[in-house]
Amino acid sequence: MYVLTSLRSAWLTFKHLFHRTETVQYPEQMPYLAPRTRGRIVLTRDPDGHERCVSCYLCSAVCPCDCISLQRTSAPNQWQPEFFRINFSRCIFCGLCEEACPTSAIQLIPDFEMSEYNRQNLVYEKENLLIAGTGKVPEYNYYRVAGIDAFGKHKGEGPAERPPVDPRGLMP
Amino acid sequence: MSVLFAFLHALALLLAVVTLAAFLTWVERRVLGFWQDRLGPNRVGWQGILQVAADMIKIFFKQDWIPGFADKPTFIAAPIIVLASVLLAFAVIPFGNGVDIVGALNVGLLFFLGMTSLSVYGVVLAGWSSRSKFSLLGGMRAAAQMISYEVFMGIAVIGVVMQAGSFNLEKIVAAQTHIWFIVPQFFGFLAFFIAGIAEAHRLPFDLPEGENELGAGFHTEYSSMKFGMFFVGEYAGIVLLSALSVALYFGGGHGPIFPPIIWFALKSSFFVIFLILLRAALPRPRYDQLMSYGWKLMFPLAIGNLAVTGGVMIALGQ
Repeated sequence: MYVLTSLRSAWLTFKHLFHRTETVQYPEQMPYLAPRTRGRIVLTRDPDGHERCVSCYLCSAVCPCDCISLQRTSAPNQWQPEFFRINFSRCIFCGLCEEACPTSAIQLIPDFEMSEYNRQNLVYEKENLLIAGTGKVPEYNYYRVAGIDAFGKHKGEGPAERPPVDPRGLMP
Repeated sequence: MSVLFAFLHALALLLAVVTLAAFLTWVERRVLGFWQDRLGPNRVGWQGILQVAADMIKIFFKQDWIPGFADKPTFIAAPIIVLASVLLAFAVIPFGNGVDIVGALNVGLLFFLGMTSLSVYGVVLAGWSSRSKFSLLGGMRAAAQMISYEVFMGIAVIGVVMQAGSFNLEKIVAAQTHIWFIVPQFFGFLAFFIAGIAEAHRLPFDLPEGENELGAGFHTEYSSMKFGMFFVGEYAGIVLLSALSVALYFGGGHGPIFPPIIWFALKSSFFVIFLILLRAALPRPRYDQLMSYGWKLMFPLAIGNLAVTGGVMIALGQ
């Protein structure tokens, strides 16, 4: 009895000799990576070409392995980071920074080929992280929809915004 | 002169077996890969055929480390015993065409059984001298498994010996000119083959190694070429088991057109592939299942086979 069932499973295994193999021969044969693949981290710009990052520190706070380090610029009314540093030797590509980011500045892209011989080269500075485009969120501009007074736009002038209510007015 | 020739003959067979065993490591990984819908090693050389060379270079350059807590002389002796006992057993395999060394040894089969018993010592001593828990557990399992499976392995082959009337493996092959012993000795073959798998501690009976429960079992503490000797010994054991199954039950080198050595190689490689297939297909039994399987099923089967063989031979007046 044992022998027969064993022979049957041996036969079933043997038939796999004629199945297609699942292996992807990686360097010659590149696997398809979905656009939402969590790979290398980039900093994007808004459609006007300004840096999206407003140095809110949420990404660095949420990062489970503390690999993001940044500092807001000291200039008044300026919110770009003075430095923005990601240590990719610690990054686990969990994507929490992307979810935390209120301005869609920090994004993960489908690229994982970032091996280095020197560990120091895995520390990416802001100029390494910044890209020219908008990344995965093409239209979004935080300052246009945030309802604040910035970049020549006054309160209530943005899309889907109403003019501010005068709190001292009598009429509702 | 004849002494020198005999020495060279033995050396050539030795080298051939060791090379074959090393080559088998690649064959196994490749074929196993296909059976698991993978590709297996295919990078070094044509279709990965030089993987053996790469592995050899790697394993020779690894640190040959003996743990400080190990019993040094026994620790070194154990892999030598395993490899030597398997290689010595090849001396009596009747390959035919003058390739075999002492195929006509009058106690050939006993010599083989003796050598498999010796290889138990290698495994047990490896587990014992390592002085680590996993190794010791592996060694204990090896002792119990191999000794209890050896019992009915011996009983199973007695059926063949009774029919052929000799322990001489060449005479046993010659006795299969008309009918292979697989037909009258089918249950004997089952018992012999299953016991042989357990003797070579191959999957599904690889409890002495059992890597997911014992690390690597009896060779947990071994590194570099000492581990390599266990490894080559295991694969040489596969070849030995296949060759002996062919010699005892599948007519040795008998077959049409081709010379005996070709038929022997073809039949043996069928069993080698079948052993690899069993590894791909079957899960490892629990330890108590292994024991009860051996003693309560295979042992009575082998004894029954022996009794029926004897009864039929008396009835036929042979």
